[in-house]
Amino acid sequence: MSVFKNFTNGLLKENPTFVLVLGTCPTLAVTTAAINGIGMGAATTFVLVCSNVMIAALKNLIPDKVRIAAFIVVIATFVTIVDLVMKAYTPDLYKTLGIFIPLIVVNCIILGRAEAFAQKNNVFPALLDGLGMGIGFTLAITLMGSIREILGNGSVFDIRLVSQEARTILIFILPPGAFITFGYLIAIMNSIKRKYSI
Amino acid sequence: MELIKIVILALIVNNVVLAQFLGICPFLGVSNKVGTSVGMGAAVIFVMALANLVTYLIQNFILVPLHIEFMQTITFIFIIAFLVQVVEIILKKSAPSLYQALGIYLPLITTNCAVLGIAILAVQKNYNLISSVVYASSIAVGFTLALILMAGIREQLELNGYPKGMKGFPLSLITAGLLSLAFMGFAGLVK
Repeated sequence: MSVFKNFTNGLLKENPTFVLVLGTCPTLAVTTAAINGIGMGAATTFVLVCSNVMIAALKNLIPDKVRIAAFIVVIATFVTIVDLVMKAYTPDLYKTLGIFIPLIVVNCIILGRAEAFAQKNNVFPALLDGLGMGIGFTLAITLMGSIREILGNGSVFDIRLVSQEARTILIFILPPGAFITFGYLIAIMNSIKRKYSI
Repeated sequence: MELIKIVILALIVNNVVLAQFLGICPFLGVSNKVGTSVGMGAAVIFVMALANLVTYLIQNFILVPLHIEFMQTITFIFIIAFLVQVVEIILKKSAPSLYQALGIYLPLITTNCAVLGIAILAVQKNYNLISSVVYASSIAVGFTLALILMAGIREQLELNGYPKGMKGFPLSLITAGLLSLAFMGFAGLVK
């Protein structure tokens, strides 16, 4: 049962985006459309799962003093793999996400999980933890992408909800909309948590 | 002329925090007081200009001639982490008073994604050495500007009332949204 808990932890109770407020840069930058949220989330989840497994497997070999540097090498390796794969197979998405693919290296969720979880646990729990956190992150940024796309563009996953001529609240797909949407989403999460004292 | 254009674009039109979403963590984390944000800003300007100088040289004299451009991410993050350490040691020995002022902010810069992001962006934009350093410095000054503005507003907000659920991050994020809205007024300043 406790193994299962590692997985569900990242989904809601310790959601990296809304509760721990980590990895804010990609959350704000790429969520102009719902599909970007899924792309960014998948890339981050892959790196998170692979680096968690790798670090859990190597935890006895990595000297304590240089562990941060070693973690960064492991993470940067997987980021380079994702970067090359996305460049080759999903060039459009790669262009939209742009600079934020190589910047997965400095996404604090990944280094945070390596330091807080993977280096103290075995391979299997680390795998589940990475998967849970990654899916939690993906769900959160896809939710944010959907809200911004609906309000700002009148569509979701490129399916039009209102007619082409209808006026939409353009500000939501511009930079200020990212900050405001994210602010209100965290505020709503906080209020729910206070009310039901989760 | 080209350089002036780069400075204006980097400083206000495409402000690194408010329009490009780089360096959000320190922006939200250390913008409590005006004093601390000046210290953080100074450290970022210093490291960012230095990092772009070194990454430019590495990119053009090591990575490109050897055709190992795919190693860019790994190399750059290492250079930045290394530079931060070196700067910290040098400052400690040679300028203890400056080290006292910047000390705690220096290690935080390694995780500031703006430093890595701007180094990669400067390579993508094909800037030459001087443009690259000028670009990085203006970006860093823009970061400091946003940080100080935000800190000033947050110091005032502390004295006002707001809904309980808004405490902490939500309030800062919505303030940042309004600041970003104000900065959008500069769009189209430089063609």
